[in-house]
Amino acid sequence: MTGALALKRAAPSLASGQAVRFAPRAAGCWLVTALCVGLPVAAAAQQVVFEGGAVPAPLTAVPADATRGKIVFVQREKGHCILCHALPDPEVRFAGNVGPPLAGIGSRLSAAQLRGRIVDPTQDEPDSVMPAYYRTSNLNRVARPYASRTVLSAQDIEDVIAYLLTLR
Amino acid sequence: MIRHLALLTLALGACTSVAPIRNIAEPRSGVTFTSNDIRKLQNDDAANPGMLWVEQGKALWRAGVEGAGVDNKSCASCHGDAEQAMRGVAARYPVYDAAAGNILNLEGRINQCRVHRQHAEPLRYESEGLLALTSYVAHQSRGMPIQASIDGPARPHFEAGQAHYVTRQGQLNLSCAHCHERNWGKMLLAEPISQGQSNGFPAYRLEWQGLGSLHRRLRACQFGIRAERSAAGSQELLDLELYLAWRANGLPVEAPGVRR
Ligand code: HEC
Ligand code: HEC
Repeated sequence: MTGALALKRAAPSLASGQAVRFAPRAAGCWLVTALCVGLPVAAAAQQVVFEGGAVPAPLTAVPADATRGKIVFVQREKGHCILCHALPDPEVRFAGNVGPPLAGIGSRLSAAQLRGRIVDPTQDEPDSVMPAYYRTSNLNRVARPYASRTVLSAQDIEDVIAYLLTLR
Repeated sequence: MIRHLALLTLALGACTSVAPIRNIAEPRSGVTFTSNDIRKLQNDDAANPGMLWVEQGKALWRAGVEGAGVDNKSCASCHGDAEQAMRGVAARYPVYDAAAGNILNLEGRINQCRVHRQHAEPLRYESEGLLALTSYVAHQSRGMPIQASIDGPARPHFEAGQAHYVTRQGQLNLSCAHCHERNWGKMLLAEPISQGQSNGFPAYRLEWQGLGSLHRRLRACQFGIRAERSAAGSQELLDLELYLAWRANGLPVEAPGVRR
């Protein structure tokens, strides 16, 4: 696949977390989360609770890191959000336009709204054209290496939210 | 919206077999979304790398299959000159075939001839031989408008293909329609999204450094959204191919197309 679509070819181990609300799973998943993103095992057990399209509670207890969040946003092995969203950042030269540009998003949406939108955009907008980054159930024909894994880890999502909140 | 339209068409189809309505009324070939360089390559037979497969196909058309059957028949022994006999064929495919009890695409028809008339082994999907013969046969319809029929026994296959098309799949949870009906003309990073029309295939892709079938392209899209890939030549992809052909009705056959 070329550039654009090869987007998510990265080793799934880099991007594994477990969305517990959708698929409560036991020890195996914790192990994956713990190994790959170095999170305390407890993080994997956390519930994702939606209020409307938003998720008020952070997915991890670790303080979010906006600098790392930008890497998650840009890198192909991570969120690769630039595939669809432009950023007001001179370092980001190419970006797609399937989604809206995210300049000023930090003053338009709250952390809870951003979290909901990234965890599972279909909660807010059933026909959303954006992938659900922290959902593992009710998906159709997921390729085997990705089955029961989230696209991003809980920490990746918290970090990307911190980064988006800096775009004011 | 798309989903509603699709369901509506499905519902209408089921009770009345009224012709379904296309979401894209004016289809546009994928080549119109590519760069000038690629368009030039496609339009110049001396430069179009896909023509190598067409040439190879021409040789295979005339060659018998060594060791197979008693009389070592070639395609030409039955059909004669492909330039006449095969003109317009690709524009109608896939078609329902009563003997097979299924729809056949060009690859399927070629293999049906190999097995039943030449008494040879079928060619493996995506093998150089099958790609060459398919390109050669499809090339005889170049420029002719696609006119796939979804009437009669082809209809359930069309509907299965349509259902596949509008259903979300993969870890990224997108349907074909999300990209190719709602977002064509937009950019995924630096790559323009086309309408995902099928008329350019088999096509030479720079990324493949080779020529590939439509099914290979479809598998690449499934891979991109991290979906389980359907096998090349599978029923799922055949049905999808029929849906795509109907969706492309009116667009010219380009074989061999050139794509990025
Ligand atoms: C395949 C395309 C695609 C990708 C990849 C994508 N998005 Fe989106 N995004 C969209 C679309 C389209 C919308 C607009 C509403 C909808 O359809 O859901 C959107 C909306 C948003 C919004 C709300 C914008 C607003 O103004 O309300 C945010 C925030 C967002 N995306 C963040 C992200 C982040 C963070 C990532 C990566 C982790 C990402 N997106 C990846 C397509 C995408
Ligand atoms: C995330 C977006 C996305 C999804 C989902 C997607 N595709 Fe594609 N598709 C692309 C891109 C990008 C290309 C290459 C550029 C182009 O021609 O659009 C492509 C190319 C194609 C082509 C070749 C068009 C040409 O003229 O070369 C076809 C046919 C196609 N897709 C069909 C499908 C089908 C069928 C599905 C569902 C199984 C699908 N696509 C899902 C993005 C997508």
